[in-house]
Amino acid sequence: MTQQQPKPASIDWLVLTLYCVFVIAGLLCIYASVYSETNPDIYDMDKNYGKQLLWIVVSAFLGLLILLVDEKLFYAFAYGFYGITILMLLATFAIGAEIKGSSSWIRIGSFQIQPAEFAKFGTALALAKYLSGYNIDFKNWKVKAISMAIIALPMAIILLQNETGSALVFASFSLVLYREGLPGWLLVVGVLLAVLGVMALLIKPLYIIIGLAVIAIAFLAMVRRTQLLVFLTIGMVIFASAYVSSIDYVFENVMQAHQRTRINVLLGKEVDLKGAGYNVQQSLIAIGSGGPIGKGFLEGTQNKFRFVPEQSTDFIFCTIGEEFGFLGSLLFISLYMLFLWRLMVMAERQRNKFNRIYGYSLVSILFFHFLINIGMTLGLMPVIGIPLPFFSYGGSALLSFTILLFIFIRLDANRVNELKSFD
Amino acid sequence: MESQIKQKILLGVFIFIAFVYVIRLLTLQIFDESYIRSAQNNVLQEQTIYPARGLLMDRNNDLLVYNDNIYDLFVTPEQVKNLDTNAFCEVIGITKQEFIDRFEKIKRQKGYAIYRPSVFEKQLTMATYARFQEMLFDFQGFDVVVRTDRKYKYKNAAHIMGYIGEVTEKMIENSNGYYRMGDFIGISGVERTYEKELGGVKGVRYVLVDSKSRAQGRYKDGEFDTVAVAGKKINLTIDQKLQELGEQLMQNKIGSVVAIEPSTGEILSMISSPTYDPNLFVGRDRGNHYMELLRDPSKPLFNRPIAAPYPPGSIFKVIMSLIGQQEQVLYPNTAYGCYGGFNSGGLHVGCHAHGSPLPLQGAIAVSCNAYFCHVYRTVVNNPKYRRVEDAYNKLYDHLASFGMGRKLGVDLYGEGTGFVPKATYYDKIYGRNHWQALTTISLGIGQGELGITPLQMANATALVANRGYYITPHIVKSIEGKKNPNPEYNVKHWCTVDTSYFPVVINGMEDVVNHGTAYIAKIPGIAICGKTGTAQNPHGKDHSIFFAFAPKDNPKIAIAVVVENSGFGATWAAPIASLMIEQYLTKKHDTRPYLVERMMKGNLTHKPILNDSTATKTSKH
Repeated sequence: MTQQQPKPASIDWLVLTLYCVFVIAGLLCIYASVYSETNPDIYDMDKNYGKQLLWIVVSAFLGLLILLVDEKLFYAFAYGFYGITILMLLATFAIGAEIKGSSSWIRIGSFQIQPAEFAKFGTALALAKYLSGYNIDFKNWKVKAISMAIIALPMAIILLQNETGSALVFASFSLVLYREGLPGWLLVVGVLLAVLGVMALLIKPLYIIIGLAVIAIAFLAMVRRTQLLVFLTIGMVIFASAYVSSIDYVFENVMQAHQRTRINVLLGKEVDLKGAGYNVQQSLIAIGSGGPIGKGFLEGTQNKFRFVPEQSTDFIFCTIGEEFGFLGSLLFISLYMLFLWRLMVMAERQRNKFNRIYGYSLVSILFFHFLINIGMTLGLMPVIGIPLPFFSYGGSALLSFTILLFIFIRLDANRVNELKSFD
Repeated sequence: MESQIKQKILLGVFIFIAFVYVIRLLTLQIFDESYIRSAQNNVLQEQTIYPARGLLMDRNNDLLVYNDNIYDLFVTPEQVKNLDTNAFCEVIGITKQEFIDRFEKIKRQKGYAIYRPSVFEKQLTMATYARFQEMLFDFQGFDVVVRTDRKYKYKNAAHIMGYIGEVTEKMIENSNGYYRMGDFIGISGVERTYEKELGGVKGVRYVLVDSKSRAQGRYKDGEFDTVAVAGKKINLTIDQKLQELGEQLMQNKIGSVVAIEPSTGEILSMISSPTYDPNLFVGRDRGNHYMELLRDPSKPLFNRPIAAPYPPGSIFKVIMSLIGQQEQVLYPNTAYGCYGGFNSGGLHVGCHAHGSPLPLQGAIAVSCNAYFCHVYRTVVNNPKYRRVEDAYNKLYDHLASFGMGRKLGVDLYGEGTGFVPKATYYDKIYGRNHWQALTTISLGIGQGELGITPLQMANATALVANRGYYITPHIVKSIEGKKNPNPEYNVKHWCTVDTSYFPVVINGMEDVVNHGTAYIAKIPGIAICGKTGTAQNPHGKDHSIFFAFAPKDNPKIAIAVVVENSGFGATWAAPIASLMIEQYLTKKHDTRPYLVERMMKGNLTHKPILNDSTATKTSKH
């Protein structure tokens, strides 16, 4: 006895409701940020909000379709989806259209799609399938290496397309690996390396190396020295020194000028009110001027009068901050956290490893986008152009997040059926 | 359960990040108020609405000054796209290099921003503006802003009206921020003294602008906007026709004319020669023209009638006749002999040939030097006073009551005091009690250290015409139809000489014109009372001076004319005064065409003239 259709009751209505709230709130924010009093028609297809409305309809249709499809399809064709997205990524090199200095778009008619967005769910499916396979033990180094490779392949291609932001998103899969058995100290080392990297950009590498050496000598002086410990410590200092030096080298010689500027502005080494710093400054003004309760819907002067660049895409949070103030922002963050928490609970309740890993991939990606995007508008993160899921204007992003989410809702809905099949 | 701990850790990381962001939002939105101000700075643009400056008219409502549109070209660098530089340069009339230089200059200016309009070219000509408007669409990012500037209907009365110019940094500071860079303000003349009335009140409009400085609407529906109040219309006391004739008569001469209506103190005409075309101070060459006029050795910017002191010469005898009578050392029948001049000890003051001895009226008519040296001596060496000094100080007080040696208080900028020496002045030169009338005898005939401005001369004439009082001369007749706006210009200032002493002196002045030294000024049917002066001065030929009023009874005009370094009072000053009196009283001046022609053609500037020492002072603005 197989039951192909999920029961409506088994769909997680909270997540679905939050999805609808986010998408509609996002549409209103886009409308507010492009709003002009002379042309208030929300259905205007020449405007971002008109297009977004179209994309929402398409997404809703696609979401419904996914809910109706047999969930085994995703497991069966996981590698297939992965392969298709990799091919699409590669295709951009051949037929890619260049938009704003990045060649990551494919033009279909009057619309452009960004394969990098779809690579996320392809990778999530592939990773989930691989790790849920028989005889796969994450403690095995080979398994670790293959998992990393699955993540690194699309990441590398996207990096080559000059889409640093989208590539960085794939780092969020490390959280999935952590949940699946990657030791915590590796993540800590990763974070430490990141901190060291930032320090390398702030301070001359020589000083850091001297500082590390001093710490190492002090450490050795305090503990009972064994030969192993001495060698280990010296080795770590040498490694860290090489790392710091190479960061400096990459920064000076490999990175492009605009990336260097963005990093410098973020680190406070450079004040550039016309370039990258301008975006952040205007974003802070827009959010900061919102006050406790905001200026009211469509009353946000900073957004309305285009002071915030990229306001309907990457800086969409400015609209919330300015027009709805601290209370609106707090509500937004609370709802987003509720959303993540609910998804995490859903992932944990999966009996199927594939479902769980896929669920964690979704949570990690959504969290990473939240972390970077909101951090960027608040001036706490570098200006890395990645969208705020479900809010930002952009068809590819909305479609890809919808697919990503609805596959999981579909997988979760089947949980009930799985239980039944055990009966 | 390792995986459960890991889930908790992940959730903990999420909540930690959310917490950090909420804290950040709290500081941005609640604790830090500066972002609200920054947001306002971003979107609120204060637009100034300039009021129309008040019009100037003459006493007969003839329009003198009005406003004219000027066109300033602004550029917003960010919006400049696909500019055909060659076509643009051609329309504006500059070379490509100038175009590049201009942009470089704009970029270096204070407050420059790529998204904000900067002045590219000030005050386009009408023709350029017209051509530019046609092609405005091709020149994206360029815009023409209309302002108003002054326009003068006549080329006359430049010194009276004065001119406007852009405010200086100091004026901006003193105005408590009312004036902004580039605003116009009255710099001299009526434009300056009546800046408050003429300037009106600027209005402000708060406009919301977008990131490209494009207007997006009113701020709070104009709740904070203020309306501009136009400047008031001012009627001057001058008679444009009289002013014009006077300036024609004075052309190619250096000197001054001041005509006053005695009963009101209204200045009917005030001429400073050489003068200049007030339209020179309009438009974009204003600065160049100013420098040219400033460098001109004949000092056209110097407002002679109110600032230049001249020795009054023989016209001073009229004043001495009055003071002498008041001091009771002179009576109408007092007669002194003239033996070719005044002789006392080794002292000799020359005189011309005339009948002798003469009583007071006759002495005025022939302007006998000896007679008035005697008068002066009796005034200053008056035994009534214990010391010469006291007698002299009494004389000084009398003169002061005639308005000499001090500012009268005319409503024009740059009035001078003239110079009447005090007793202490002579104490310094000769030592206390070491001087007396004979030491300073030349004062008696209006020479020596005396310096009287033409305005003071005209005022003294008006005083004589009024038989004892004057009303402070002024230039504004009414403001916005309201007559006599300044109450201080309604006050009669009585002099220290009693009215009863005036008739004999006035009869003498009538004789001067009827059969005396100024016969040339006689107009049949009009009783003119006048007095010539021929003032010796250290700068060359004598100044030709004349003052007069007419008609004798119920006088309508009092006039003083000074023509520098031109000879006898009767040669130039008297005919000019006569023609102007005729013009004012009969509204025509064509009964003596020969005289008009001689005056207008008379050119006294063919040789470089060393000006009166005071005239070499540049007028400061």
